Amino acid sequence: MVQERTLPQFQASPAQLSSEAGLTLYEDMILGRFFEDKCAEMYYRGKMFGFVHLYNGQEAVSTGVIKSLRADDYVCSTYRDHVHALSAGVPAQNVMAELFGKETGCSRGRGGSMHLFSQEHNLLGGFAFIGEGIPVALGAAFQSRYRKDALGDASADQVTACFFGDGTTNNGQFFECLNMAALWKLPILFVVENNKWAIGMAHERATSQPEIYKKASVFGMPGVEVDGMDVMAVRSVAQEAVARARAGEGPTLLECLTYRFRGHSLADPDELRSKAEKEEWLARDPIKRFEAYLLEHNLADEGTLKAIRDRIQTHIDDALTFAEGSPEPKPDDLYKYIFADD
Amino acid sequence: MAETLLFNALREAIDEEMGRDETVFVLGEDVGHYGGSYKVTKDLYDKYGELRVLDTPIAENSFTGMAVGAAMTGLRPIIEGMNMGFLLLAFNQIANNAGMLRYTSGGNFKIPMVIRGPGGVGRQLGAEHSQRLEAYFQAVPGLKIVACSTPYNAKGLLKSAIRDNNPVLFFEHVLLYNLKEDLPNHEYLVPLDKAEIVRSGKDVTILTYSRMRHHVTQAVKGLEKNGFDPEVIDLISLKPIDFETIGVSIRKTHRVIIVEECMKTGGIGAEIVASINDRFFDELDAPVVRLSSQDIPTPYNGKLESLTIVQPKQIEAAVEAMVGLKV
Ligand SMILES: Cc1ncc(C[n+]2csc(CCOP(=O)(O)OP(=O)(O)O)c2C)c(N)n1
Ligand SMILES: [Mg+2]
Repeated sequence: MVQERTLPQFQASPAQLSSEAGLTLYEDMILGRFFEDKCAEMYYRGKMFGFVHLYNGQEAVSTGVIKSLRADDYVCSTYRDHVHALSAGVPAQNVMAELFGKETGCSRGRGGSMHLFSQEHNLLGGFAFIGEGIPVALGAAFQSRYRKDALGDASADQVTACFFGDGTTNNGQFFECLNMAALWKLPILFVVENNKWAIGMAHERATSQPEIYKKASVFGMPGVEVDGMDVMAVRSVAQEAVARARAGEGPTLLECLTYRFRGHSLADPDELRSKAEKEEWLARDPIKRFEAYLLEHNLADEGTLKAIRDRIQTHIDDALTFAEGSPEPKPDDLYKYIFADD
Repeated sequence: MAETLLFNALREAIDEEMGRDETVFVLGEDVGHYGGSYKVTKDLYDKYGELRVLDTPIAENSFTGMAVGAAMTGLRPIIEGMNMGFLLLAFNQIANNAGMLRYTSGGNFKIPMVIRGPGGVGRQLGAEHSQRLEAYFQAVPGLKIVACSTPYNAKGLLKSAIRDNNPVLFFEHVLLYNLKEDLPNHEYLVPLDKAEIVRSGKDVTILTYSRMRHHVTQAVKGLEKNGFDPEVIDLISLKPIDFETIGVSIRKTHRVIIVEECMKTGGIGAEIVASINDRFFDELDAPVVRLSSQDIPTPYNGKLESLTIVQPKQIEAAVEAMVGLKV
């Protein structure tokens, strides 16, 4: 096994976090975890179809970054997108309904697991092909700058957060977009979720420089490495990057060191990752870790946390009931949405 | 009326639309300082500034995807493909993102963008610079595909394409940029989905588009002298095809010849023949004839190149063979 990278240390001071903010982060991570567990259950019971990529283990990244954004900022994801959508505020029932192919799904049942969209929540996708979301996110960031500098709209300071994996950083679109983002000082965060694997391809076997954050330097862009299992650490670097982007100071590359607790997708037998590696990372479970942090610093007590977990579980169960009870798209609407009507 | 070269007609269209709607912007390689490889955006950089006439790095897939993202969030990008062939690198962004995303998102987003630039077989440019991508892209759902052929339709169609709320692939032709025509001084639009009847006639319907329209027009001169009366239709819209106009013509002539610059296999004509069979089979007095480019990479050698694309004499011969010799 390749030597594990030492995770960067982050000393969070409790003063940085109010109890209320802490519970918001906790709730968002629980929502992500419980939602994905429900998906696995539904998939294995034959109720959910297609390629389904779960996010278990990586919750600190979605929560730490997206909860550092404003509601009018943009989020762009990949095929591993359920939890990004949830963090961005897309209601769990509409995400679940999408996975059931229902008309009430956030993509009206036309997209599926890998194509979640919500204009209302500025969720730009949901992209099934590696890397293709990066330029789209760049376009949203360009749009903010265009409104601000070409149209003189001072309120156009929206930031775009673009998520993708370690394997995707070997694709040309990654480099092309880093170049353009830095060149034009676009308000964008490139958030790499380095979970060490691209399906069965170990990161070290795919790239000449495994420390992805260092790739920012050639574009003159700040690159930051962060413990992606620590929501406080992710949040801290994300807040800095967001502030920089919003102030017109350009993009940041965040490399979040993380791990997926399940196979690549629910169809993946997951035979290549060693038991030792899995155990090492399971011991860093971002939710358990944050629970301990909240308790240790008296930001919450066990009763409060349990109440959140219970509430979210009910919420997910309700989402499932909603999804199962929702209508399918009408056959007559097969051709709807190919073209804009107007 | 003002005599206008085709590239300037396109330029006027872009200028007028950028003046009318501040969300319209141009991006691509050498569109700004350089003014575009065929001068379609000449001086617009000075007028509109570097964000509205954006010189991009040579990164077709990424700047095309970027335009999709900008369109999803409310801007109206016009991409200039320095040569449409280069957009093969952006096939994914054009097909999966521009073409399909509206559907995949269940109508969440619309993608008002134009992808325009020079295509077709030029003069000895070699295979890679002589592509007819319209044939490759016609199967992509969600795209509109248009080919202009005169200064008049170039201007009116481009303005309509820019105002359309869907992704439009807009094909110009390398050899037509210097065509001249008197254009109206007043503003006009040409609808994207209507074929243009270039010449009314009763003997045979000739369907064509882009530069081949001019080869057909040349052939028609000879045919007229010999007493033939062909109807010539410029398809304009390659997707969707205007079968209404085509149908009216077939009901009159009962014969069809397609003249296209794309290759025969999987070409625009192939699609039209199939659809004519579906819709108008009973109206036909003869099998539809296709005159297409040869199924080969366009050779550099001038003689071989001219053998590759359809020449006016071949069109004359095809009409004579189909309609019968007139005395
Ligand atoms: C263009 C393209 N090529 C191949 C695939 C198949 N594929 C899906 S996910 C994946 C691995 C991606 O790994 P990474 O970027 O690390 O993201 P992760 O799945 O680990 O989140 C591959 C090769 C794809 N979806 N798109
Ligand atoms: Mg990975």
